[in-house]
Amino acid sequence: MADRSTQRLMLLIIAAVFAFLYLPISVLFALSFNEGGLPTAWTGFSVKWYGELLANNDILQAAFNTLIVAVASTIVATLLGTLLAIGVEIRRRNGRFLETIIFAPMIIPDIVLAIALLSFFSMLDVRMGLHTIIVSHVVFNLAFVCSVVRARLKTFDWSIVEASADLGATTVTTLRRIVIPVLTPAVVAGALLAFTLSVDEFIIAFFTAGAGRESITLPMQIFAMIRFGVTPEINALSTIVMTISVIALALSQRLNRGGIPGQ
Amino acid sequence: MADRRPIYLMSPALAWLTAFMVVPCLLILVLGFFRRGIYGGIEYTFTLENMALVFDPLYAGIFLKSAVIAGLAASIAVVIGYAAAYAIASMPARRQPILLFFAVLPFWSNYLVRTYAWIVLLNREGLIVALARYLGFEGELPSMLYTESAVVVGLVYNYLPFVILACYAPLSRLNTEIVEASRDLGASGWTTFRRITLPMTVPGIATGFVFVFVLSIGNFVTPALLGGGQFQMIGNLVYAQFLTANDWPFGAALSMVLIAIMMGLLTLQTFATERASGARRVEG
Repeated sequence: MADRSTQRLMLLIIAAVFAFLYLPISVLFALSFNEGGLPTAWTGFSVKWYGELLANNDILQAAFNTLIVAVASTIVATLLGTLLAIGVEIRRRNGRFLETIIFAPMIIPDIVLAIALLSFFSMLDVRMGLHTIIVSHVVFNLAFVCSVVRARLKTFDWSIVEASADLGATTVTTLRRIVIPVLTPAVVAGALLAFTLSVDEFIIAFFTAGAGRESITLPMQIFAMIRFGVTPEINALSTIVMTISVIALALSQRLNRGGIPGQ
Repeated sequence: MADRRPIYLMSPALAWLTAFMVVPCLLILVLGFFRRGIYGGIEYTFTLENMALVFDPLYAGIFLKSAVIAGLAASIAVVIGYAAAYAIASMPARRQPILLFFAVLPFWSNYLVRTYAWIVLLNREGLIVALARYLGFEGELPSMLYTESAVVVGLVYNYLPFVILACYAPLSRLNTEIVEASRDLGASGWTTFRRITLPMTVPGIATGFVFVFVLSIGNFVTPALLGGGQFQMIGNLVYAQFLTANDWPFGAALSMVLIAIMMGLLTLQTFATERASGARRVEG
C-alpha cells in the first residue's frame, strides 16, 4: 500500500520523535558519569557523583522515606484495588457514577487532589507526615491497580467460576484454585506500577507531608535541589530514580502480557 | 435476586475513595465560599468575595495566559503525537507493540527528572549553548531557560507519550478496507486522509488534546522550574495561596474554576468520542 518514499518519511518521523523523547534523558545519564561534572566538557568517566550521593545524609533519609511510603501505599492499594476490581467485574452492571468514582483518581489533576487533601487533613487537625502521604498515595494507586486487574478480568471466562461452584467448591476454594492463580500476574503488575507511581509522585506528597524535614521524600528532595540549579549530584540521583522506574515498569509490562497460568 | 457479595469486595476501596477523595474535593467546593480569617485561618461565614476576586482582571489575566500556554502545548503535542502514532501504525504489525511501549515509557517515569533534563539542555551554561558555541556561533545568545517557550517545550515533552497512545488506539483500529476503497476509487492520499482517516480518529485527537490541556493549565512544577520565579500560571497561584500566602478560601475558589474548566472539557471530549462512534455505527 505505502510506497517507498512514504515509508521512509514514516521511519524519519519515528526516529525524530524518539530522539526528542530520549535525547534529553540520555544527556542526563551521560553527564552523571562525567568526572568534571560540567555539561560543557567531558573530562572522563567516573562514578564519583554516585559516591557523593551515598555520603549525603539528606538524600539517604529522603530515599528511606520514599521507600516506606511506596511500600506501604502499594500494599494497601494492591489489596483494596484488587478486591474492587473483582467486585466490579462480578457485578458487571455498574452505574456511570460508580465508574466515574473509580476512574477519577487517575484523571484528577494532582494539584487538585493535593490541595483537597491538605485542606481535609488540616481541618480535621491531623498531624501530617509520612502517614498522610501514604493515605493519599493509596487513593490514586488503588485506581491504577484496579484498572490493571480489571483488564485481566475482562478476558476471564466467568463460567469457570460457575462450573466450580456447581461442582461443589466453596467460594474460598474457587478463589484459591481459580481466581487467584489467574489474577496473580495482573496483581503483581498493578503493584509494580503502583510502586513506581508512588516513588515518583511529587505534588501530592509535597502538600500532604506537613512541615519539617523528617517526612521529605526523594522527589521533594530533588525539587528542592533543582531550584538551586544544575549539579552533578542531581544528574546521578536522576539516573538512579529513572533506572528504578524503568526496571519496575518493564517488569510490570512483561507480567501483564503473561498468559493464564496452567493453560 | 441480587448478589450482594460484590458490594463487600468493593466497599473497602470505595470507602477509602469516599473519605480521601470525594469528601476532600467537596470540601474544596465549600471552602471557596468562606471568608479568610485574620491570621490566615478560615472564618466560617458565607461570602462571594473569593469568587468575585477570581474574575478580577489581574487573576483573570493569569487564567487567560495559562489557557493560552496550555492550548499551545496541547496543539503542538497533538500534531507531533498524531504524526508519531500514524507512523507507528503504518509499521509492520509485529513491530508496533514494542515501538508503542518505548514511546510511552518516559511518561511513566519521574516527571521532575524529565523536566530537569530540559534545564540541563537550556540553561546559560547548558548543552545547547555549548553546541552553538562549538558550531562557531559568537555573541550574546538569547536566554532560553525561564521563558514561556521553555514552559511550552517542557509540557509538550512531558505529555507527548500520552498523546501518542491516545491517537494510536483509533489509528490501529482503522478499517484498512475503507482506506483502500477510497484509494481504489481514485481519491488522492491527502483526500483519503482528510475525508476518511482524520474524521475516524477524532476521538484520539480529542482525548490527547483535552488531557494535555487539563494537565498543563493546572501545572505548577513546569512553570516553577522552566519558567523561573517571575512566571505565574494558575497552578503556581493556587500553590501560593495554600503554602505561602495562606489564603485557603481564595485558593479553593481558584481551584473551583480550574475544576470547572477541566470538567467542561472532559464532558466535551466524551461527547466528541460518542458522536464519532455513533457516526461510525451509522456508516458501518
